[in-house]
Amino acid sequence: MTDFKPLEKKLTGLENKLKKYRELLLANLVMVGEIPAPTFNEDKRVQFILNRFDEAGLTDSSIDDHGNGIGVLSGKEGKDSILLNAHADTIFSQKTDHTMQVSSDSITGAGVADNSLGLAVLATLPYILEDLDIELKKDLVLFAGVKSLGRGNLEGIRFFLENNPFKISDAICIEGIQLGRLSYSSIGMLRGEITCTVPESYDWSRFGDASAILTLNEVINKINDIRLPKRPRTSIVMGSIVGGTSFNTIARDATLGFEVRSESQEVVEDTGSTIGDIVHEVSSKTGDQVELDIFARRSPGGIPYAHPLNECARSVMESLDIEPRLAPSTSELSALIDEDIPALTLGITVGERTFKTNETIQIDPIFKGLAQLIGIILAVDGGYCE
Amino acid sequence: MTEDIVSNKLQKWIDKNTYHHSEFWDLKKLVEAKEKKNLKISLCLPTLNEEKTIGKEIIIFKSELVERYPLIDEIAVIDSGSDDNTLEVAKNYGADTYLASDILPNLEQKKGKGENLWKAIYQLEGDIIVYVDADISNIHPRFVYGLVAPLIHRDKVHYVKAFYDRPLAFSGNVRASGGGRVTEILVRPLFSLFFPELTGIIQPLSGEYAVRRDVLEQIAFPIGYGVETSHLIDVYHKYGLEAFAQTDLDKRVHENKPTQALGKMAFGILQTFIKRAKALGVFEKAEHETILRQFQVKENHYEQNLMEIIEEERPPMIEIEEYRKKFKK
Repeated sequence: MTDFKPLEKKLTGLENKLKKYRELLLANLVMVGEIPAPTFNEDKRVQFILNRFDEAGLTDSSIDDHGNGIGVLSGKEGKDSILLNAHADTIFSQKTDHTMQVSSDSITGAGVADNSLGLAVLATLPYILEDLDIELKKDLVLFAGVKSLGRGNLEGIRFFLENNPFKISDAICIEGIQLGRLSYSSIGMLRGEITCTVPESYDWSRFGDASAILTLNEVINKINDIRLPKRPRTSIVMGSIVGGTSFNTIARDATLGFEVRSESQEVVEDTGSTIGDIVHEVSSKTGDQVELDIFARRSPGGIPYAHPLNECARSVMESLDIEPRLAPSTSELSALIDEDIPALTLGITVGERTFKTNETIQIDPIFKGLAQLIGIILAVDGGYCE
Repeated sequence: MTEDIVSNKLQKWIDKNTYHHSEFWDLKKLVEAKEKKNLKISLCLPTLNEEKTIGKEIIIFKSELVERYPLIDEIAVIDSGSDDNTLEVAKNYGADTYLASDILPNLEQKKGKGENLWKAIYQLEGDIIVYVDADISNIHPRFVYGLVAPLIHRDKVHYVKAFYDRPLAFSGNVRASGGGRVTEILVRPLFSLFFPELTGIIQPLSGEYAVRRDVLEQIAFPIGYGVETSHLIDVYHKYGLEAFAQTDLDKRVHENKPTQALGKMAFGILQTFIKRAKALGVFEKAEHETILRQFQVKENHYEQNLMEIIEEERPPMIEIEEYRKKFKK
């Protein structure tokens, strides 16, 4: 068993020391968070992060061909690198009000937790490490990835992983919330949309039942009837529904957004295929156009519970009185797992009303979350996780 | 002054003394220039129930303009007696907080934004004081550096005023520009009539400005709505148009006031204006101006839009002979 005592000594009092960077971090959070960045339109946010990297004197910072923002904090030895990843996109559109509101103990605003805080940490970390005189042996690659969410399907990070010049030994993905989150495995996933459309030439004499919403309802009922196994654990998330235009107009279009998640790739594929059959069946029965579009997939995988990186992370968290909550992920972690890079996802603080425009995070726990992140970086850099 | 002389002088002043904040993006250089001149800069945020926006303003100014680039030497919130948590939030993020009533307590108490601005001169230490309203929801460091930079770079400039809504060049089109409703309906017509040179200030009522202490200590402060108008008239009277500069700070997002509130504001401004105009004798001295001076933007360039508006009159009908004949009067 690795002796963590020297590392624990470094972590003592770190949380308190980090409090002096509160305004710097929160200012970055507010400024980055007020730049709208829906998936495929993250360029202004990435530019902001790049400016921060430049100001911090990161000489190798750049935006790659895919629009990802990359900054490199060179280590003393620089043989290999630790990748620190935060996705730059949010689920909110350009039109959403992105104004952040700061109270004494919390910050509220669209996307503040997912993932403006992650980006703010990325932007502020070079300054903090320099000010604390922390010099790493390994290079620290700070990565603000684009096209991560929804239809982006991790395009940004996948492009980076295929084309980067670094020798990445370990990776940490930063999410704004929840503090204590420790994801080290990815579950199998299939994400798609089912769109029902009433044809232009519809027989309108079928008064009342000619509605894309009714057809979609039929699809939903049938998906709901799919028998899912308890082991391996599997679920179907019907996450969003959009349809129709007004109270008194028959809906011509309706769309369901869904995800199938399972610990087993086979079950994911089987369930996906069953949904395909349902779509065909409903389409032929109703005469409506029903289309299935699957645009994202993940394979299950990850590092074992006993992997040194995982053990290190738990030790750091425990030394900071953070109770690790283990949960699988379908985010950028999957892309790293696909490339066989040992990786984790961490949360920085606690928050609520995720994915709503009044998403809120608590300020005080941020410093514990930051201490945890720096602790794990130091652990990896110090060879505790090998 | 004839119309041409005023217009030429004004256009020259606009071209020379109108800035865009992006000209001052290099904060490192700006801080160096400030330090070279050994200037101290204070930021004053006058408040009354601004808990929703004050925290963000302080965080951004402190992080960007105190810690990263030490342009500001102190950040002070001067409050008129908020019922909400304005002072608590401000203090929490490291601003110096004051109740206006605690400053110069031996003087008669008055309540209003102008009172806070005036007391800041006594309480704060800076050679330059920059005032920024606390209700701006899209706050950015430019709201401060855009205003203090002309004072740092040019000794002859004493008073820098903000204006908003950046001119956009769209295929050579010309569009109207200027201030808000009270500016365009009240202040600009008044200035056009009695202080034509002051019409060069695109947004005379904007609440953000940076001023040298030497000037602030020499002018009176109405405590209510008239403070900005009186500043312009007094500084113009004492130091002339060349003392002013103005900076385009792009967009400012804040809550729009209802028309009734604007009426109150206009009434306060009008009182201040009349008081000053009488004291300076402009009602008697002024030639009857008939040119209304508004602004338009052409290819990223502000220019005056002059309109001659002559209010001709007809006499009472009874004085017309034909009328009297017809109605046998």
